[in-house]
Amino acid sequence: MRVLLLCPPDHYGIEYEINPWMHRGRDAMPEVARAQWKGLRDKLEELDARIELVAPQPGLPDMVFTANAGLVAGQRFIRSSFRYKERRGEAAHFQRWFEEHGYEVIALPPELFFEGEGDALFCGDVLFCGYRFRSEIRSHRRLAEILGCLAVSVELVDERFYHLDTCFCPLPDGGAFWFPGAFDEYGQRAIRDHCGSLIEVRLDEALCFGSNAVVLDRDIVVPEGCPRLVEALGGRGYRCHALPMTEFIKAGGACKCLTLYLPAK
Amino acid sequence: MFVEEIELSGHILDSLILPKILDEILSRGGNFRILEIQVGKQRTDLTRTRIEVSGPTPEMMDDLIRRLRQHGAEVVRESAVELAPAPADGVFPPDFYVTTNQQTYVRLGEKWIEVRPASMDCGIAVDPDQERATAVKFCEVREGMRIAVGHGGIRVVPWQRPMDRRGVFDFMASNVSSEKPKSAIIRELAQEIRRAKEAGGKILVVAGPAVVHTGAGEHLEKMIEQGYVHILFSGNALAAHDIEQALYGTSLGVYVREGSLAENGHENHMRAINAMRAAGGIRRAVECGLLRRGVMQKCVRHGVDIVLAGSIRDDGPLPEVITDVVEAQKAMRARLEGVTVALLMGTMLHSIAVGNLLSASVKSICVDINPAVVTKLADRGTFQALGLVTDIEPFLRELTGFLTEGSKETSTDAGPPTVPA
Repeated sequence: MRVLLLCPPDHYGIEYEINPWMHRGRDAMPEVARAQWKGLRDKLEELDARIELVAPQPGLPDMVFTANAGLVAGQRFIRSSFRYKERRGEAAHFQRWFEEHGYEVIALPPELFFEGEGDALFCGDVLFCGYRFRSEIRSHRRLAEILGCLAVSVELVDERFYHLDTCFCPLPDGGAFWFPGAFDEYGQRAIRDHCGSLIEVRLDEALCFGSNAVVLDRDIVVPEGCPRLVEALGGRGYRCHALPMTEFIKAGGACKCLTLYLPAK
Repeated sequence: MFVEEIELSGHILDSLILPKILDEILSRGGNFRILEIQVGKQRTDLTRTRIEVSGPTPEMMDDLIRRLRQHGAEVVRESAVELAPAPADGVFPPDFYVTTNQQTYVRLGEKWIEVRPASMDCGIAVDPDQERATAVKFCEVREGMRIAVGHGGIRVVPWQRPMDRRGVFDFMASNVSSEKPKSAIIRELAQEIRRAKEAGGKILVVAGPAVVHTGAGEHLEKMIEQGYVHILFSGNALAAHDIEQALYGTSLGVYVREGSLAENGHENHMRAINAMRAAGGIRRAVECGLLRRGVMQKCVRHGVDIVLAGSIRDDGPLPEVITDVVEAQKAMRARLEGVTVALLMGTMLHSIAVGNLLSASVKSICVDINPAVVTKLADRGTFQALGLVTDIEPFLRELTGFLTEGSKETSTDAGPPTVPA
């Protein structure tokens, strides 16, 4: 059974703009957001995942995106070091939760920006790490040293896909689905070299956050609006569960951003 | 050339970050040299590398390094250049850095500052406020001047022959031999001189009296007339014998055209010197019409910058001759900015003296009948000079021939003459 960390959207809203999706004039509708988040939580539980909750904090609207809290390996929690000051307040709350739950917390130097599972995803034994908009490539080297794994760094080049988990989603069979246009040519080659079979997400579905999915063995929870991706994954034997995520996409996140794997693999 | 050293580590091969960085350097007009690379043995081992990155301007390098940092490159910070005050006028502090004739930089804060001029056997005076580094000779040192000491924070960019091997300076090593196919070399040299002139570079001629004795003066005059000489460094003798010939037709009492001795010809050079002293100098003598021909007259007429440095055996000397060697050296150094080609002909001491002042990037050719002169020049540090063992007269005759031929070709290439309407 996978364990997932979520944060209720009690204080969620568009209060600042730190990615191209966010516009303060286009706030999320709280009731709809709550319903969408509950829909996700219910679906994940229905798929036999155990849900842990971290308490939301006023003034930290993005805490709902727990994927950015850090990266969990066994009982070790590598804490994020947020690039934007708007999100830095989240770190202490996540840290407290992990300490209270018996994790060893590892903090990277504050100048070494690292935004957790948002920019670091295991595909098999290889940790794929995104850099440029949020995480610093130098943090990847530290992750590789801490975790003793191969960390493949890929540069993100399209600001709409500012975190790796907005354009790349590993599958349990060693493959992945991804939007290649979010990476430079070296990143694309590195992903092709180290991943098994890849499914390309079309731009329109990538913009619906098709790659921002929660994978629970053969079940995949994806945002609505990605019928071709759902079909392609179905062809590989995966069951897709499409959920409305419109209110979170307003902040540049969807299913995966709202979820942190405990542990990452 | 501006240089930075970067370090890179991580899974830079699997991530293709190393090839990306190298491609980025080249595509932005930089260059690289991998100084060290340690490739991990296990899949999870990190790879580490040190790379020297170079580029033509500091702005380009700043931009490039900023981009490379995004991909994880870390700049290896050089320690700043260490400075110590000069203890007295004309005295360097102990352990002062001694320059070569190669392009040299000193590290001041975050910047590499080029030492100017690139001149051997100097110390480096650094003005941190003006961000200026100057190669200074003993005589230029003033008490308290801040001088670079030790070797930290100092970089030398080795001069390399270009790889495209376009000209005589590129394909020839400076081996000395009288067996070389001179004509082809002289033709190439003529092309090099023309290219230098067209590119706005200055051509320096260092000549000894052999130019006059051997009857090569008229060829040098032709070069001056055609604008292929911008600066002339010489001593008292070249000028004295050139003027002797201009006034009396002899050089050291020998009629240059016939090769026969003139009666009481040994007096001629003394009379020539006396005439110049009486006229108030060579320039005055030209201006008043006393001196109507010869190399020196052409130099004055065509605005060639002349420095005549004296020596202990000089007769006279001529009024223009600088007898204080320190002052003479200063005068020569002051004129070297912009020199791209140097012709060192028929004088050992002046060739070595000027060779010592030239940057390694100046294309230099040493022509002498004595192979030892050419060898000596190279052995004393002017390693970049090409040597040609030959008599000056046939050399200059052929060179001016090619230069004249070349300018005719150029004017033909320019197209048909325009017909006035």
